[in-house]
Amino acid sequence: MTITLDVNGKQVEVDADPKMPLLWALRDVLGLTGTKYGCGEALCGACTVHVDGDARRACVTPIERVADGAKITTIEGLSPDGSHPLQKAWVAQCVPQCGFCQTGQIMSAAALLKRNPAPSDEEIDRALAGNLCRCGTYLRIRAAVKSVGGAK
Amino acid sequence: MRLLVLAMLVVFTGCTNIPLQTRPKVPATGQPLKTVAELGALPDATAKSKAAFAEASKVLTHARCVNCHPPDDSPRQRELHEPHDPPVARGLGGFGSPNMYCPTCHQLENVEGTQLPGAPNWHLAPIEMAWLGKTPAQICNQLKDPARNGGKSLEKIVDHVTNDKLVGWGWAPGGEREPAPGTQKVFGELMAAWAENGAVCEEESR
Repeated sequence: MTITLDVNGKQVEVDADPKMPLLWALRDVLGLTGTKYGCGEALCGACTVHVDGDARRACVTPIERVADGAKITTIEGLSPDGSHPLQKAWVAQCVPQCGFCQTGQIMSAAALLKRNPAPSDEEIDRALAGNLCRCGTYLRIRAAVKSVGGAK
Repeated sequence: MRLLVLAMLVVFTGCTNIPLQTRPKVPATGQPLKTVAELGALPDATAKSKAAFAEASKVLTHARCVNCHPPDDSPRQRELHEPHDPPVARGLGGFGSPNMYCPTCHQLENVEGTQLPGAPNWHLAPIEMAWLGKTPAQICNQLKDPARNGGKSLEKIVDHVTNDKLVGWGWAPGGEREPAPGTQKVFGELMAAWAENGAVCEEESR
């Protein structure tokens, strides 16, 4: 079945089962491998993308649910050249260690800052509670988010 | 050498199979729920109403129901009402807080092959409708109080529990979860019998 998705501002056609998780469509069909597979059960946040501006776990979202013109944004679409303020802050703060979870962390942080431009430590912790980092870079993640959002 | 063997065991068996707490074994099917007819011949409307509610309260106090009717800002999960993992907050309208809205993860149905539950309109009941930790008598009186039942008439309550799809998820919860007792149809009929016979509640113990 051909399904039309709006990914990073472009209409793309995906020939797939409507129940296919969005993550598979992004990675295996469209070649957008910036979004990562972590747990496959919406428990780790590595697959976070934006759907109409809000964070969404792509590993459990069937493509039929985002096929009706919903605007999907992946890490590749966050900025055309990797210059989103959060991406710059991530470099400045040397946030990543292994780096695997960082796509999801940045996408969650970007969604948070859209809703709350100056989050407190507590608000950052709460909003990113569903994004796990096995390297334990949480303090640097929080510092990077705060440096972009400004402190409360 | 002993340390080396121990280290190898940890590496090859992993540490994650040690449960954080002992969880009850969950039956695949729900507990039985008597139908209105099975409650037997009762002397009057008051007895019929009380008996119907007593049976229905097996559902109303079940983990599949009370886990989303908490008295605080945290949804619960599993049979022992553990806090939601990852931690989430009630947020506006019970739909979560920024970045952790319920639909960030929960879909319109259970996600096959995972433990992730889902149903249309997935969200917490308003805090004034908190049932977790309450007795059947307390819940009964709460259900009759428009200030604590979302301003619903008894008819609307019966319709809600009989037909709402999020309520209905309780009988098809998927994953390692015990379904609510009986069926949604029988539960709805019990609630209707309770309402039609005067919506009588047992006295709350003091």
